[in-house]
Amino acid sequence: MTIKIGVPSKGRLMEKTFDWFAERGVALSRAGSEREYAGKVEGIEGVELVLLSAGEIPRELAAGRIHLGVTGQDLIREKLSQWEQRVEELAELGFGQADLIIAVPQAWVDVDTLEDLDAAAAAFRTEHGFRLRIATKYHRLVREYLKEHGVADYQLVDSQGATEGTIKNLNAEAVADITSSGETLRANHLKILSDALVLRSQATLFKARGLNLNDQDRAKRTELLKKLGVWN
Amino acid sequence: MIDRSAPRKLASDLRARFEALGAVPVEPPFLLSADTLLDLYGEDIRGRAYVTSDPARGEMFMRPDFTVPVVQMHMAQGAEPARYTYSGEVFRRQEEHPDRAIEFLQVGYEVFDRADPVGAEAEVFARIAEALAPMGLKAVIGDIGLLRAAIEGLDTTQRRKSALLRHIWHPRRFRALLDRFAGRAPVPAAREALLNAADPMANAGPMIGLRSATEIEARIAALREDAATAPISEGQLELIEALLEVRETAPYALEQLRDLAVDMPSISKAVERMAARNAALADMGIDLETLSFEATYGRTSMEYYDGFVFGLIAEDRPDLPPVASGGRYDALTSKLGQGREIPAVGGVIRPGLVLDLGGLS
Repeated sequence: MTIKIGVPSKGRLMEKTFDWFAERGVALSRAGSEREYAGKVEGIEGVELVLLSAGEIPRELAAGRIHLGVTGQDLIREKLSQWEQRVEELAELGFGQADLIIAVPQAWVDVDTLEDLDAAAAAFRTEHGFRLRIATKYHRLVREYLKEHGVADYQLVDSQGATEGTIKNLNAEAVADITSSGETLRANHLKILSDALVLRSQATLFKARGLNLNDQDRAKRTELLKKLGVWN
Repeated sequence: MIDRSAPRKLASDLRARFEALGAVPVEPPFLLSADTLLDLYGEDIRGRAYVTSDPARGEMFMRPDFTVPVVQMHMAQGAEPARYTYSGEVFRRQEEHPDRAIEFLQVGYEVFDRADPVGAEAEVFARIAEALAPMGLKAVIGDIGLLRAAIEGLDTTQRRKSALLRHIWHPRRFRALLDRFAGRAPVPAAREALLNAADPMANAGPMIGLRSATEIEARIAALREDAATAPISEGQLELIEALLEVRETAPYALEQLRDLAVDMPSISKAVERMAARNAALADMGIDLETLSFEATYGRTSMEYYDGFVFGLIAEDRPDLPPVASGGRYDALTSKLGQGREIPAVGGVIRPGLVLDLGGLS
């Protein structure tokens, strides 16, 4: 057996993760060509690199098919119910920062807070005969957040990409999306509600909980975590 | 493996008991139109019910309870007064409580009767309490109608009352609105700036989306009206708080509420209705001294009940949900009836919990 570590398979997130591990003496790299999703680990024996889409890492951790994984806190919370019981946060890696926020058209000068959004939603439903639509891919997080804050008369519509454009295209009245700088939102004439930070997220190293590891694998995992400086 | 035979046997015994008392057995469908439930409960229902779909009908929910389909059946074909009973599985997502059952049996007893509302309430409670009498459960009743009447009686604008009534089931938002309308919470800076702006739309930028400039202006007008409205007085606020704190045996609760009604005449009618209900319950043989009244009972979990509510609880098992629960749901029937209202009250027993707690003997 080996200890398997799941890392996002492409882009800046992968490169930054490789950098973070390299600084701690563990060299991760892609094996072979750019297209191949196999990985190589140097600096420690008995550790295997699995390259996966960041969105699949939560599920693979929960299923115990990987022992450690790097992904966003937003994805862990959206995809795993009772996530604290299934994975443990070992370290925030200091990149991949993104806030899950709620945004509305800038022209809604009367809406700045969740209280305003709720009041606007009630009036919208009366006027248009359907519930105010919020486009998002973070259904669970947004629904639970709005429930906790007592916002009613809205509906979530699914948007897996280009979410900011859904309002202009009349597919939604508001959006709940990840933003790092807010520039795309501004370019689309949207503004962020001042009191509706659903989640603050960054790339994080997670450990799967409740694994049935043998002594050798457990020792190997401890060795790796010590080397990475996240053993406690 | 779930043992289905024992709860099924108990469920059919309980249903037979209700049939013998004059209720007509009904068999509502398992799959319900998602649109109907979403319109009634909002997006929150997705966290509580399972969704399935097909290309022709779109989304369907696996029934999270029987109330909606029973009301729909009654409206389609029922004559009044009517009494119904049913038994069958309901399905609930339990994301927050993975140890709780995701499918379980319910046996229900529902009364549609406009002639004698408190009589119908007492009847539903008594039929269910009698069936479970051997278990020695604690009975709690409440009445959301009291809070509704108190809100209607506030000396303030209809707009504020509607906002409070809309959030009667969301205590946190309700509290925040009450504090805002009483002037206890400061006006947010952005709203202050908006209200003081000569032309609030000056920096609006391009209009995008379906919500129009007219709608935005209407809300600004509403905010202006609200800013010019006097705050709800401390005295009225304290009365509402006192009402929410009533927690007593039914006869003492009635006394406390009558005292409150002296300063809050708007609740008098609801209080006298409670008096009549207590009397009807006593007539049905219920011992009022063992009946707890809690003014806030059902306010977070029983969203469609808008008057009398009740629950039968195993006191030594706070980890379990109520063994039986129910209440009045007139508002739900008027929403489903598109204008036609049908006064309705009903309750359900969970046979699985009855057996977990040692059964009826």
